[in-house]
Amino acid sequence: MNSRIIIVNIIRWVLLLFVQIFLLKNMGFYDLSTPFVYVLFLLLLPFGIPNILLYTLAFATGLTLDAFYDTMGVHATACVVLAFVRISFISISLNRDAIDDPEPSLSYMGFQWFSLYAFLCVLAHHLVLFFLETFRLTEIGYTLMRCGLSCIFTLLIILLVEFIFYKRTSR
Amino acid sequence: MRNLWIFISRYNAFFLFIIFFIIGIYLTVKNNAYQRSVTLNSSNEIVGTAYERLNVFKRYLNLGMVNDSLAAENARLKTHLLNLTTVDTAKDVKVIDTVTNQQYTYLAAKVIKNSITLRNNVMTINKGSLDGIKSGMAVIAPQRGVVGLVRDVSEHLATIQSLLHKDTRISVMLKKNTALGSLVWGDSNFDIKKALIKEVPNHIKMVVGDSVVTSGFGSFPKGILVGRITKPNVPTNDNFLSGELNLFTDFSTLQYVYVIKDKRAEEQKALESLIKPNE
Repeated sequence: MNSRIIIVNIIRWVLLLFVQIFLLKNMGFYDLSTPFVYVLFLLLLPFGIPNILLYTLAFATGLTLDAFYDTMGVHATACVVLAFVRISFISISLNRDAIDDPEPSLSYMGFQWFSLYAFLCVLAHHLVLFFLETFRLTEIGYTLMRCGLSCIFTLLIILLVEFIFYKRTSR
Repeated sequence: MRNLWIFISRYNAFFLFIIFFIIGIYLTVKNNAYQRSVTLNSSNEIVGTAYERLNVFKRYLNLGMVNDSLAAENARLKTHLLNLTTVDTAKDVKVIDTVTNQQYTYLAAKVIKNSITLRNNVMTINKGSLDGIKSGMAVIAPQRGVVGLVRDVSEHLATIQSLLHKDTRISVMLKKNTALGSLVWGDSNFDIKKALIKEVPNHIKMVVGDSVVTSGFGSFPKGILVGRITKPNVPTNDNFLSGELNLFTDFSTLQYVYVIKDKRAEEQKALESLIKPNE
């Protein structure tokens, strides 16, 4: 069971990064809306993962992305922020002891919880990402617009993917 | 110590976040040229602003000293200026014209002495034989109008026989029909704004407002504006008409004049001297 989770996550990591780097990197609407779907990997990591491992994975994933996007540290920082939001949100919204689901996916947690969870994480990630990329506050309106539009795009794709791989579970 | 450790491990998510976040920012700033430049620039800006503020106060303290040095410099410059105004830097205006084989060059000169109240007026300019001025050259006013002819030349100065002189006759013509005449002053009145055009053939009809220009038959190039007819067709006792005209040249305010050098003047004179009178 445990090794299965690891293998599934590794496959997911490879797939999502592959898609992100070779497909979504070239996509975008007028430089305004760019999807960053690879964060789905971080969203779907199992509940029981230790914090330090989560941060390390987030950082490593971000660095891998940075290597391909040629923006050393920007994605890594954004992923670390996402990890922090994820931990905070889970600890606030769920009773830690009562969690019996393996991972925070749409199939286990339901649409309402998952969409809010994904929205908050993606928003935090994108905010940090775009502001680090711009690195100044003078173009704040444009940056916020890019951030919001990209957020919508990413969320759409994430929900789409989740619905495709939706498993009806006995809850 | 134990409590601290418990505290940290309890909120490990936050502390780990801080650590990783700082590493991420550090990497971003260190490895991206743009972000690094922005960071450096803004920190430079802060430091620069602080220095600027400090400088304002420092300047205040030095104000007295600066004032003294400025006053001294002012005095020095004024002395210079006094010397400079007497030096003339205007030189020959030469246009190298290989197409039309330029005949005339202008030389700007300053009027250093002028008279307008006498019967025969003469002025002095600050250019002389060293600048290439020769006797008989034409002199015109800066905007429009004729001034006179060069009379005597020394090394650095020259005298000009002004138009306001009884011996000055300039060959002019009516612009509209090129009827020739000669320009004289002081025949009937001594108004410095007025002159006479004489020896216009009888059949020419002059009208008030006709432009009078130089004919090009003397030292003056053709077509320099002289004045406008105010009183046309004054009959004279000879067979010619004459007319009164308003001069464009204002002799009372003349500061600078142009001396016109004619490159072919000597050639023309030499050629024409071959014709003997009464031949």
